[in-house]
Amino acid sequence: MATVHVNPTRMELTRLKKKLVTAIRGHKLLKDKRDELMRRFLDLVRENKALREKVEQGIAAANRNFVLARSVMSDEVLNVALMAPKQEVTLEMETQNVMSVEIPKYHYKTRTSDANDIYSYGYAFTSGDLDSAVKSLSDLLPDMLRLAECEKACQLLAAEIEKTRRRVNALEHVMIPEMQDSIRYITMKLDENERSTQIRLMKVKDMMLEQAHHYKEKMQ
Amino acid sequence: MYKIAVMGDRDSVYGFAALGLDVYPAAEPAQAAKTLRRLAESGYAVIYITEALADALEPEVDRYRAQRVPAIILIPGVSGNTGAGMAHVRKSVEQAVGSDIIFNDENEKSR
Repeated sequence: MATVHVNPTRMELTRLKKKLVTAIRGHKLLKDKRDELMRRFLDLVRENKALREKVEQGIAAANRNFVLARSVMSDEVLNVALMAPKQEVTLEMETQNVMSVEIPKYHYKTRTSDANDIYSYGYAFTSGDLDSAVKSLSDLLPDMLRLAECEKACQLLAAEIEKTRRRVNALEHVMIPEMQDSIRYITMKLDENERSTQIRLMKVKDMMLEQAHHYKEKMQ
Repeated sequence: MYKIAVMGDRDSVYGFAALGLDVYPAAEPAQAAKTLRRLAESGYAVIYITEALADALEPEVDRYRAQRVPAIILIPGVSGNTGAGMAHVRKSVEQAVGSDIIFNDENEKSR
């Protein structure tokens, strides 16, 4: 049954037994890790879904506003209006460790603190629709960043869960049964060897006694 | 210090310029793939990309899935929501759980 060839020696047996204990312990730990990762993942993915719905709706609304704005303004005016943005957004990234998966946390900073700096144009030549379009996008920005954070975390966790699940399954269905088989094979082989040694000794003893006392001749 | 980029067809992305995000209008997939790769290596932590463009760049986008930086996030373009963004979330669920348990109800509803 032992698919992998092992030396049926006592040393190999001890080694395998130790390995089996480690494997079982590792299996238990990995299973716990997988369960906890899964719990976190499900929470996150639900949040991700809700956020995505919200952001997609928000962007659709903003896009409607932009289309409206475009319809009353010429392309040149629009280009000029948005050519030189006053505001600038930068990100600080922290990482948070979730079960040894590093997931990002973003903090965004705007270059100027004035909320009105998103309007990079004088109001004389642009339509009011452009203002509301820009405003609706700007209101959406925190949610969009949260979405980015959430979605990246989901992707990273999903990859880690897949890896962990494979390891758990490999241990559970391949490594551990194989080791148990090997151990059984070695114990049986060793027992068999011991029995045969004992039989041989008994036989030798019989033969020696026979030589010394000549039982067979006396019986005749 | 990281930055945020927005990629997509010009009409879908120019509004983000006003907010101070870096806008990279791109229509042609081959050119966009190059831009995406360049952005990913030059300090952009979040790259928003329209669903239409992401569709054409599928392998490029997938390459960054398992990496911590950058996060490539799909947003609907001006031509409407194609559902590709949600499909990406669903893909994560399938990868992690083995089958889709979050979006099940919706699939049944849409059938």
